[in-house]
Amino acid sequence: MSTQPAPLSNEKKAVLEISRLGVLLRDISAVENINLTLYSGEALALVGESGCGKSLTSLGVMGLLPHIARLAPESSIKLLGRELAGLNEAEYNEIRGVEMSMIFQEPFTSLNPLMPVGSQICEALTVHGMSPEKARERTLEMLELVGIPEPGVRFGQYPFELSGGLCQRMMIALALVGKPALLIADEPTTALDVTIQAQILDLMRDLMNKTNTALLIITHDMGVVAEVADRVAVMYAGRIVELADVAELFRNPRHPYSKMLLGSIPGLADEPKAELRTISGTVPDIRHWPEGCRFHTRCPLADDACRSGVPPLTEQPCANGVHLAACMHADKTELL
Amino acid sequence: MNSPVEAQHDTPLLEVRGLKVHFPVRGGLGRKNNRVVKAVDGLDFFLRKGETLSLVGESGCGKSTTGYALLGMLKPTAGEIFFEGKKLDSQDREGRRIARDRFQIVFQDPFASLNPKMSIGDSIGEPLRVSGTDRRQCRARVEELLELVGLHPSYYDRLPNQFSGGQRQRIVIARALAVRPSLIVCDEPVSALDVSIRSQILNLLIRLQRELNIAYLFISHDLSVVRHISDRVAVMYLGHIVELAESRELFRQALHPYTKALFSAIPLPDPEIKHRRRLILSGDLPSPLNPPPGCPLVTRCPNRRPECEKALPPLRELRPGHFVACGRAEELEN
Repeated sequence: MSTQPAPLSNEKKAVLEISRLGVLLRDISAVENINLTLYSGEALALVGESGCGKSLTSLGVMGLLPHIARLAPESSIKLLGRELAGLNEAEYNEIRGVEMSMIFQEPFTSLNPLMPVGSQICEALTVHGMSPEKARERTLEMLELVGIPEPGVRFGQYPFELSGGLCQRMMIALALVGKPALLIADEPTTALDVTIQAQILDLMRDLMNKTNTALLIITHDMGVVAEVADRVAVMYAGRIVELADVAELFRNPRHPYSKMLLGSIPGLADEPKAELRTISGTVPDIRHWPEGCRFHTRCPLADDACRSGVPPLTEQPCANGVHLAACMHADKTELL
Repeated sequence: MNSPVEAQHDTPLLEVRGLKVHFPVRGGLGRKNNRVVKAVDGLDFFLRKGETLSLVGESGCGKSTTGYALLGMLKPTAGEIFFEGKKLDSQDREGRRIARDRFQIVFQDPFASLNPKMSIGDSIGEPLRVSGTDRRQCRARVEELLELVGLHPSYYDRLPNQFSGGQRQRIVIARALAVRPSLIVCDEPVSALDVSIRSQILNLLIRLQRELNIAYLFISHDLSVVRHISDRVAVMYLGHIVELAESRELFRQALHPYTKALFSAIPLPDPEIKHRRRLILSGDLPSPLNPPPGCPLVTRCPNRRPECEKALPPLRELRPGHFVACGRAEELEN
């Protein structure tokens, strides 16, 4: 079983290699056996509904898991070839902000309300040893790069003086100022209005191209996925159920969950008020994951085999790239 | 009777004329100063029986305020609301009673809209008890309502914490239906729900509308949802309706620059059309405390002219049923 898609071209180097990553919430396995490789300049979207473990996965990579959660012992997270699993807090601090950064959903709650935004961005540089003058200069450059008007004025302002869109631009500046190889964005535009969301998505795509940063974007919005991602990993109940190039996934979803999820979005070409496709039931409770394939309780294709064995991620026929799906009946998905 | 947005034929279910909701801003130490936020500044629209009119726009455009003013949860600063041709006056008891019995609301967050210590059956039945139904009849009606929204009647005595978000939204909808309303204000009813649950709730709302002939004032910023559920759509910006049309017509050909920008900003769930050209509005929404003079979009509009700053463009009917508040709409159409 191959879970590591081949690099698209030779110049792309692997930035992040996750293998067998698991997250335990006390003794409950919340995330299981995540295998992903992210290449430089690539945007990978992690999609799924609330509670599927997409945020825990990203926090696990960042070393920011909440106290009740910990990485499963077999987890391996390699950033630029260096193993992160098992690092202590001080070692993580050396890496965060320099080699990898994260932006969150709520720009207002992610910034310190009592400190001018410019100083917060400078701090990300001075804490890693840059002189304050140089840090200020670099910060102003960065503010310009993320399209903040009048960077000199904005530098000295507090978060409450900025709109949501500007705050999120500040967060992006803060995340990218240390020139990280990996940026993790957890629902970066969910709290923003659509016209502002369009600005931020365009900005992120533009910056990824310019800086060759790898982007792991976590979202539940299939529209955002289609706009930003090169590849998509679909998560359900703590596992990756499908991984493919974005165009391939939207055109030819092989896992019933992906297929039904895409089918339940009202499309701009559909007949208004027509019955939308639904997925019956609800996401299973983390304390009572179903045996076997965790989607079997809601899947129209489920049979006894699905209820007993965990289907591995297996390669699917596909024109370009690698297409993996964890379903025993992937060949029948198109009938749905 | 020369309101531009008026029903042509029979009396509409609801008609709103010149609705304004202004909020005074308090200065330091609770002193009043003279500034006001014009959250809603002169709306005219009507709603037919059994139809869905959506209000769309970005946060702060006044769409929720409009809904609250209809329900009497906020006192309008100016304007008139007619229900089945009869003027509703928030000062008189009869008007308030109509607003309570015939209008209901479904909020965004189903976790915050149910009393956590009250069984869901009691929550659903509360509007009935308030209007004087006796307990036994109440229970029967609640069980009927539970069934109507796709929940098992035996759930009557359970507490809200035993239900998922989608189920709670069903409970909230059942409560709204209890008094047999003719209008439900749906304030972002599916925004807090996961994609797979969202389609269940949308299907439910559409089915209930068909079965019970309820009108919805549907407030949302999610345009794919709006397109799916609406008969007509009003686009709001800074307290004004800038465009109003049949949903199909609007999505086929938007005429106002703001609507065009809003539509081009929607991320489409289709990677094949990834890098299409966007009409991006520069900058942010102006503060409603200090709106720009003339057309509200003047600070961000790519097509602005000096005359746009002079006066607020009126909402005019450019095509049958398609209203737009832009002085240059005809020119820009080509």
